[in-house]
Amino acid sequence: MTIQYVLRRIGIFLLVVWTTATINFVTPRLAPGDPIQAMLGVMQEQGATVEDSAVLIEGFRRRFGLDQPIFIQYLKYLWAMAHFDLGYSLAHFPATVTEIIGTAMPYTIGLLSVTTLLTFSIGILAGALLVWRGTARAARVLISLFMVLAPIPYYLLAMVLIFLLSFSLHIFPHSGVTSVGRVATGGFDLEYILDLIYHSTLPALSIIIAGIGGWALGMRGMMVTVLGEDYLTLAEAKGLKERRIFLRYAVRNAMLPQFTGLAISLGFIVSGATIVELIFTYPGMGYQLYQSIVNSDYPVIQGITFFLVLSVATAILIIDLIYPKLDPRITYTRR
Amino acid sequence: MTTTWTSGTARAVETGRFWDSVRYWLGNWKLTTGLALVLSLILFSAIGSFFVDFEKTKVGWGDFSKPPSAEYPLGTDNVGRDILALMVYGIPPSLEIGLIAGGLGTIVGTILGLTAGYSGGRTDTVIRTIADIMLTIPALMILVVLASYLRTTTIEMTAVIVALFAWAGPTRSIRAQTLSLRERAFVPLAKLSGLGDFEIILKQILPNLLPYIMAGFVGSVSGGILVSVGIQLLGLGPLFTPNLGMILQYAFDGAALFRGMWWWWGPPTITLIVLFIGLFLISVALDEFANPRLRERVA
Repeated sequence: MTIQYVLRRIGIFLLVVWTTATINFVTPRLAPGDPIQAMLGVMQEQGATVEDSAVLIEGFRRRFGLDQPIFIQYLKYLWAMAHFDLGYSLAHFPATVTEIIGTAMPYTIGLLSVTTLLTFSIGILAGALLVWRGTARAARVLISLFMVLAPIPYYLLAMVLIFLLSFSLHIFPHSGVTSVGRVATGGFDLEYILDLIYHSTLPALSIIIAGIGGWALGMRGMMVTVLGEDYLTLAEAKGLKERRIFLRYAVRNAMLPQFTGLAISLGFIVSGATIVELIFTYPGMGYQLYQSIVNSDYPVIQGITFFLVLSVATAILIIDLIYPKLDPRITYTRR
Repeated sequence: MTTTWTSGTARAVETGRFWDSVRYWLGNWKLTTGLALVLSLILFSAIGSFFVDFEKTKVGWGDFSKPPSAEYPLGTDNVGRDILALMVYGIPPSLEIGLIAGGLGTIVGTILGLTAGYSGGRTDTVIRTIADIMLTIPALMILVVLASYLRTTTIEMTAVIVALFAWAGPTRSIRAQTLSLRERAFVPLAKLSGLGDFEIILKQILPNLLPYIMAGFVGSVSGGILVSVGIQLLGLGPLFTPNLGMILQYAFDGAALFRGMWWWWGPPTITLIVLFIGLFLISVALDEFANPRLRERVA
C-alpha cells in the first residue's frame, strides 16, 4: 500500500464532504424567494399582523448573518459544518438538527449494519454455490430465484412483503419499531430487544431478499474465473477435502473483488434503506428525512443528507484502506 | 485509402457476421425475454390510449376508492381517479424520465470517458477524480436537497436533476475500456496512417465500445427510473403528469396497503417490477455480448 494511494483515498473523502457541504450551501441561495420574506408570508397567512416588517427583516438578516458578503457566509458555513453545528430544526424549534439525527441514527445504523452483513455473506455464498459442482439442484433453483429478484428495488419488495406477511397473514407488524406504548427501560430489557427485532424483521427482510441476488451474480462471475485457475486443479490433485478447496481456495479468492463492489454499492444500499424506513415508518434517518420534507424543515433535510453522505464516504474510505490488506496481490502503483 | 480494396471481402465477412449475430441474439433468452417485458408495457400504453380517456386520470372523475368492476376495470383511488387510465398514461412519462436521464448520462459519460482514457495525463486525473467523487456521494441524498428547494414539478426537470448523477458510472467504465483499447496495435497504426486524434476516437475506438455503451445506457435508464421513483416516494416528484412513481406515492400516502386497496398499489408495483426485470435482462444480455467472458458456462 503506497502512501500515494492512501493520500488519494483520503483526498477523495475530503472532496466528497466538501462538495456535499457546498451543494447544501449553494442550493438554497439558488432557489427562488427569500427565506425571511417567506417566513413572514406564512405568518401573515396564518392571520398574524406583522408590524414594521422592514425592521424585522433587517433584524433577522443581521441575526442570521445574511447581511455579510457571500464569501464570509460560506466560510462560516463550512466552519459550522466541520463542528457538526447544523443549526435548529424549524418544525421542532428548540431541538437542534444534531439532536434529531442523534435519535434517528442508531436505528438506521442497526438496520443497515445487520442487513448489509447478512446480505453480503449470504449473497457471496449463494453465488459461489451456484457454480460449484457439488451443489444440489434444489439449492441452485432457489439461488436462481433470488437472482431474478435482484433488479427489484427494496421499496417495491417492501410493499409486497407488507401485503403478504403483514396485511394478509398477520405474521409481522407493518410499522413502527416497538409495540405501541413500549418504552425502553434504562437497563438490559430482553423483552424490549425481542420486540425491536420482531418489528425490524420485515424492513430487514426486504433489504436482504432484494440484495442477495446482486452479490450472487457478481460472485458467480468471479467464481467461474477462479475455478479455471491452475491452483485449483493442483489442490484437487493433492487430494484436499472438497470443503477445504471450496472455502479456502475458491471462495477466499473469488470474494476479494466483491469488497470493492461493496464500497461502490454502499450509496445505493443507504439510499434504498432510507425509503424502506419510510414505508415501514421505522424511526431512522430515512423516516426523519421524509418527515422533514413534509414539514419543509430545510435545516433537517440538509443535516440528514449531509450526515448520510458523510457516513457512506467514511465507510467507503475504511473499505478502501483495508482492502489492500485483504488482497496482497493488489499493488497500488500509479496507473 | 486502405479501406477501398478491403471493402469487398470485409462486407462478405460482415454479412456472415450479421446473420451470426442475429442467430446469437434470437438464441439469447435474456434479451428476448427482457425486450418482450419492456415492449409489452409500451404496447399496453399505446393500445390503451385508444380506449381509455385521459379525463379519467383527473381527480373526482369517478367514485372514490372503488374496487375493480365493469365500470372501473382496475378500480379507483381515494379521490376518484381511474387506476387503469392512470396506468395507461403513467407508463410513458416514467419511461421518459429514464430515457432522458439515462441518455444524458450516457452521452456525457461517453464523451468524458473517451477524453479521459485517450488523452491521459492531467485531463484524465481531473475527470477521474470528479467521477470518483460523484460515485461516492449517494445520488438520492443530493437529489433530495435539490428537489426540495427547486420543487420539481415537471417530468423533464426531474429527469435532468436525476441525470446530474447519471454520468459518473458510464465515465468510469468507458474510460477503463478506452485505456485498454488505446494500447491495441490498431491505434498506433491508425496514427501512423495519418489519422487525427479526433478521428481515431470517433472511427477506431468508439465503434468498438458501442456494445458497452448500449449496456451502460440500459442500466442508466433503469437507474434513472429507480431514483426518480425514490424521490417521488419522498414526496418530491412531478405531481401533475401521471406517472408510475406518482401513483405509487399517492397510494402510499393514502395508506392503500393497510386499507386493503390492492388494486391501487398493486398495478404500479407490478409494472415497475416487470420494467426493472426487463431492463435488467436486456442489460445483462448486452453486457455478455460486450464481454464474452461473462457468458454462461455452467447451468
